[in-house]
Amino acid sequence: MNKDIMICGVGGQGTVLASKIIAASAMKEGNAVHSAETIGMAQRGGPVTSHVRIGEAFSPLIPIGGADILIAFEPSEAIRNLRYLKKDGLVIVNRVPVKPTSLGCSTEYDGKAEIEFINSKCRCLVVDSDEMCKPFGSSKFFNIAVLGAAAGTGELGINEKTIRDEIISIIPAKFHEKNLAAFEQGCKIGENNYANQ
Amino acid sequence: MSKKYVMGNGAIALGALSAGVNLVSGYPGTPSSEIIETVSKYPHDGTYLEWSVNEKAAMEVAAAAAYSGARAMVTMKQVGLNVASDPLMSLAYVGVKGGMVVVSADDPGPISSQTEQDTRRFAEFARIPVFDPSSPEEAFEMVGAAFEYSEKYKTPVILRPTTRVDHAYASIECPDTFKAKKFEGFVKDSKKWVIFPRLSFQNHAMIEKRNLEIGKDFSSCRFNTVTGSSEKAVVATGVSYAYAAEFLKDYPDVKLIKVGAPYPLPESFLLGALEGVSEVLCFEELSPYIEESLLKLIGKHKLNIVVRGKLTDDVPSSGENDSDSAKRIISRFLNIDTNEDNIGLSNAPQPPMRPPVLCAGCPHRASFYAVKKAMKDKKTYFCGDIGCYTLGNAMPLDMVDTCLCMGAGVTMAQGFNHMDDDAVAFAFIGDSTFFASGITGIVNAVYNAADIIVCILDNSTTAMTGHQPHPGTGRNLMATPVEKVSVEKVLNGVGVKKVITVDPLDLDKAAAAVRECAELKGVKAIIFKSPCVAIAKPDKKMRVDSDKCVGCSRCIKEIGCPALSMNDGKAVIDENLCTGCGLCSKLCPVKAIGGVEE
Ligand SMILES: Cc1ncc(C[n+]2csc(CCOP(=O)(O)OP(=O)(O)O)c2C)c(N)n1
Repeated sequence: MNKDIMICGVGGQGTVLASKIIAASAMKEGNAVHSAETIGMAQRGGPVTSHVRIGEAFSPLIPIGGADILIAFEPSEAIRNLRYLKKDGLVIVNRVPVKPTSLGCSTEYDGKAEIEFINSKCRCLVVDSDEMCKPFGSSKFFNIAVLGAAAGTGELGINEKTIRDEIISIIPAKFHEKNLAAFEQGCKIGENNYANQ
Repeated sequence: MSKKYVMGNGAIALGALSAGVNLVSGYPGTPSSEIIETVSKYPHDGTYLEWSVNEKAAMEVAAAAAYSGARAMVTMKQVGLNVASDPLMSLAYVGVKGGMVVVSADDPGPISSQTEQDTRRFAEFARIPVFDPSSPEEAFEMVGAAFEYSEKYKTPVILRPTTRVDHAYASIECPDTFKAKKFEGFVKDSKKWVIFPRLSFQNHAMIEKRNLEIGKDFSSCRFNTVTGSSEKAVVATGVSYAYAAEFLKDYPDVKLIKVGAPYPLPESFLLGALEGVSEVLCFEELSPYIEESLLKLIGKHKLNIVVRGKLTDDVPSSGENDSDSAKRIISRFLNIDTNEDNIGLSNAPQPPMRPPVLCAGCPHRASFYAVKKAMKDKKTYFCGDIGCYTLGNAMPLDMVDTCLCMGAGVTMAQGFNHMDDDAVAFAFIGDSTFFASGITGIVNAVYNAADIIVCILDNSTTAMTGHQPHPGTGRNLMATPVEKVSVEKVLNGVGVKKVITVDPLDLDKAAAAVRECAELKGVKAIIFKSPCVAIAKPDKKMRVDSDKCVGCSRCIKEIGCPALSMNDGKAVIDENLCTGCGLCSKLCPVKAIGGVEE
């Protein structure tokens, strides 16, 4: 299998764990995997990306126009990285914006124009982290929930069960129950939406 | 043996462990920090490990191990090599017995560094061989090779990965447990190990001759490769090779030359690779190192080859390369049409800027705010330093007037004081930076009778680079607990008469301490002590009572905490970010912000 998956968001949203689980699952299924993360200064509230490359690849970074799937934890971050998406690629995007601290006072940016733009330009699945995380009491579960949504579309090319097993092996036991529930719920959202397309 | 999915830095660690490394020392710095962290995670029987106080210390500790015939590795980021350059330059003359690998991680972009310096230049300057990996897999192999070359030629060898190699993940096949090598031990021989002008003179001549040999050796080195046969060739180095190879996989005839062992220059390899070539594009990051080397080589051999790259403006002179620039630059060079078939993005909304910020609840924010409040309307100099607290420069805090390099805050505050003693000169320095290079500056200020206030932002960790321990934390990489080195006692010991330790989250007391120090002569120190929230993970929360909130947005405008924002004319706190530090509640004019019990 050859698949390039990009995950983007804002430092602190948990993108790294999502990419680790995708990479580990793809490897479990016998694929060669390369990946790359944003580490360092930018992690403190700056834009972050993870590149996961399944199959043979030279470069750790996905080329422009090369990503099969873009998983965006935040609307404007989806826009920032949209150039990486293949023409017929899939965007899974969270509609809930993270306002930059410097704009703390202004309410201009609400993510709506971004979602509209993405909707008009690409195949996309828009999800809502507030709704998805409500049953679990913290937005920290969004990374696993959105991973479920991606798996549910069937476009990740990785079995849901493989991912579930990796969640169990990577995440500490006391968090399994909620994370697995978040994942299941995400899978359903992905599956339903995929059926609608 | 098993496959391990690790970061490039992990691959370097595993390479060293597989080579039976006896000692690894270093000082943290992005993008190099995970090397030592990975070594510490694997069972390593007999390998001594340390976070040193700074890179110079790390280099010297490792040098002694190598003098003893042991295998030693020392790790740092590129600017760390500046700090360690004094021992390194001399060590190049003296040489080693056991293998010594110096890992200096470069950071094109720069992504998290002060400079875009190129360690290959340093290697040439110091007359030391250097390897330049293009992938984590290659970095793993290069570490083993570097130890072998080091022992064969009795010289330290540099490995210089770059950020994208350090932080890229790949699968590495290697053993699961590691055992350090047996080594002979130090054999006294003052003619060999004591550097004197006469020894340096002799060894200088020896080294220049030896480097010609290494250049020949590098000409058959597996890290220098050539594929394809075209008249127009591309030379690429480091991760730029990966970008170029990715683009050129559809054009296998194009000659692609990889230089993974660039210094001493593998002349005969390059002459062979350039046979039949009329024009060559050098695709590399940081400095035009290979480009200039080729120009020299071509001049020396009077070849008729056009060299393109940074010097001809075909490749940008700063910033990092990527797959996109590889495609753009190489296709232009080769006159290949690449049809763009991307999503039209011309009318996409502009994404907002997201400069990095101090975390919600970061005690540094409170320290800066206390000083700002206490010094309102006074003439001040705020000399910053390197660490998370450099982010105190951002609006609305705006509390960092200068930042140069580690430790410079203290000495620059002193310089400003001598130029302008009407103002109060402050130095802000983190606890790790204090131990790394702050103490000597404070001694300098005491000795030279400066009037400055040194604010030590003691969060009990090296936060910026990923929370490594340091002498003040009570643990090292071999044992816990170890005796904590007390910042306060150090300050007393070097003659700072006024030392106040205060919790920055106790805003009134903190501001009072600042006011008190501002009235005094001499060197004063305030230790703002409160642990990094990423480690202490407090689970308190603050909440805004929206009935009381008058929407003045003072909390937001004064401290710029990422957990605070306005919604429908009222301040709101993101509970997922808030740590309950309470700073916002202290400046709310209508007391609308209060703590909630979890
Ligand atoms: C010479 C040099 N070595 C290493 C680094 C990498 N580095 C950046 S900040 C930092 C230390 C930060 O620790 P501390 O002073 O405790 O401040 P904190 O980040 O915890 O606020 C280091 C080692 C550097 N910039 N320069």
